[in-house]
Amino acid sequence: MFKNLMSWIEYRMPFMEKMNLHVMQYPAPKNFNFWYFFGSLAMLVLVNQILTGIWLTMNFEPSAERAFASVEYIMRDVDYGWLLRYMHSTGASAFFVVVYLHMLRGMMYGSYQKPRELLWIFGMLIFLVLMAEAFMGYLLPWGQMSFWGAQVIISIFGVIPGIGEDLTLWIRGDYVISGATLNRFFALHVIALPLVLVILVFLHIIALHEVGSNNPDGIDVKRPNDGQPVENNVSDKFTFHEYFTKGGKKIIVDAIPFHPYYTVKDIVGVVGFLLVFCGVIFFAPEGGGFLLEPPNFEPANPMKTPDHIAPVWYFTPFYAILRAVPDQLFGAIFMFLAIIFLALLPWLDRCPVRSMRYRSALHKWNLVNFCISFVVLGVLGVLPATPTYTLLAQIFSFTYFAFFGLLWLYSKNEKTKPLPVRLT
Amino acid sequence: MSNAPVDHGRRRFLTIATSVVGGVGAVGVAVPFIASWNPSEKAKQAGAAVTANISKLEPGQLIRVEWRGKPVWVVKRTPEMLETLTKVEPNLRDPGSEDPQQPDYAKNQHRSKKPELFVAVGICTHLGCSPTYKMNDFDAHVEGIASGFFCPCHGSTYDMAGRVFAGVPAPKNLMIPPYMLSENDTVLLIGADEGTV
Repeated sequence: MFKNLMSWIEYRMPFMEKMNLHVMQYPAPKNFNFWYFFGSLAMLVLVNQILTGIWLTMNFEPSAERAFASVEYIMRDVDYGWLLRYMHSTGASAFFVVVYLHMLRGMMYGSYQKPRELLWIFGMLIFLVLMAEAFMGYLLPWGQMSFWGAQVIISIFGVIPGIGEDLTLWIRGDYVISGATLNRFFALHVIALPLVLVILVFLHIIALHEVGSNNPDGIDVKRPNDGQPVENNVSDKFTFHEYFTKGGKKIIVDAIPFHPYYTVKDIVGVVGFLLVFCGVIFFAPEGGGFLLEPPNFEPANPMKTPDHIAPVWYFTPFYAILRAVPDQLFGAIFMFLAIIFLALLPWLDRCPVRSMRYRSALHKWNLVNFCISFVVLGVLGVLPATPTYTLLAQIFSFTYFAFFGLLWLYSKNEKTKPLPVRLT
Repeated sequence: MSNAPVDHGRRRFLTIATSVVGGVGAVGVAVPFIASWNPSEKAKQAGAAVTANISKLEPGQLIRVEWRGKPVWVVKRTPEMLETLTKVEPNLRDPGSEDPQQPDYAKNQHRSKKPELFVAVGICTHLGCSPTYKMNDFDAHVEGIASGFFCPCHGSTYDMAGRVFAGVPAPKNLMIPPYMLSENDTVLLIGADEGTV
């Protein structure tokens, strides 16, 4: 009966065929470590944001007069409204945590290298849309930091010569940030950007499954089939979709089916993640003023700027670069370059070896340099811009960009270790 | 089905023609979507230029005019006030108004079109409080200077051209809005500097 139903469906829509292709018979390298949790965790957080977001819109009122009060209403009077909102606000920060770790994983194991350039570009687009999504979402509670944060970020567009002033007016839809701005940001935040985000995630996965997953060794698991048997090949025990074996032209070595092996492994990651995530939601939803900033508990007041404006933590590395450059226009340019250079990694890195495991000590130290620069810039972006901090921000902006310059220089003739023949 | 050979030139022409017409249509359709983001008529009304009659303004007197929800000061400066503008310059953060806090025609010592008439947005550049006009008792805040503006919130001080003193929290000079005067200098229009009053 069930079998008949399934074949009735299959005849009209290839459901099991696609499930096999992408889940049950997808060959994933057998040596994924914990760094490979963050992709699936990002999807989990996306689902969390969409679900809690839909429920929040049921009580949120996107108008300058009612937005702040309706958030208070959700927090105090709606059953479990506080939980839905904290899941959403903590989820925003969690999104950036897992995405930053996911990107670091790609940098460590060279997952952006050929043939995964387009996969990396889709990832960077997801990152950009995510930043826009987070920024617009932050305006919605209409608190002091919502208002003034948006004021600062929108005025960054004002530095573009010639069209800057008109552009900011067009973005705001008013001479100051007003209900008009709030309403359009709401529309973009709940409809336009999530739609784009879901489409980009779809394309990211399609591109991933076309070129195959990279792994900590950075060597391929799909090889041309020369007819020779491969010893101790775990993949022999499994059936993989013929799309990946190309009708016997390719042989799969040291890979296991995504389901059940990595679905089960990812559950471990999900449990670990939820422990931390729930800990924050229930015991520190404001995250010490870093996840929900104190001035945002005051309604937006266009006549009074808070004492110290800092963006939410996930923007602060880029904000620190913006402030480190004395000139406004060049500050904005360098901030965008900080992201553009990341997107250009597949072409800046000219080394044929992917994983840092088999690359030079210089490359490993350069990666350390990148991580330190990024974290220090993140800390500086939270602090007020005193002369000492500004100098530090300039130094670490330099080391941030130096990562890319150095990589381009040494990667051409880098001294690498021999690659293993099989996954380790 | 006719068996006539495919006319590739004709096919290419039709493909291009269809694409171009479709592209023009797409651009046309985009116009209302993009234009709807401009400030609405209601927002424009609220942000429109405002006029003030300044024919009865006494020397030294300050009047406040509301423009886009902000207080705009109009002061008729006395000759003594104008003299102090040179005297205070060593103590100012930005005496030459290098920061673009004013239209080009107000980038001068008196930061105005006419030396005696001072027009500025009365919002402190520090945290947005509105400073107090000290017509005669400013020397309590800056020694030897009779008139200026003092912000009660965090103690920022500005001279009679809205230039900020060094060593106070405010980072920039007061904002000068675009403005223009009628021919006989009796009517002031704040918020626009082109056309006629």
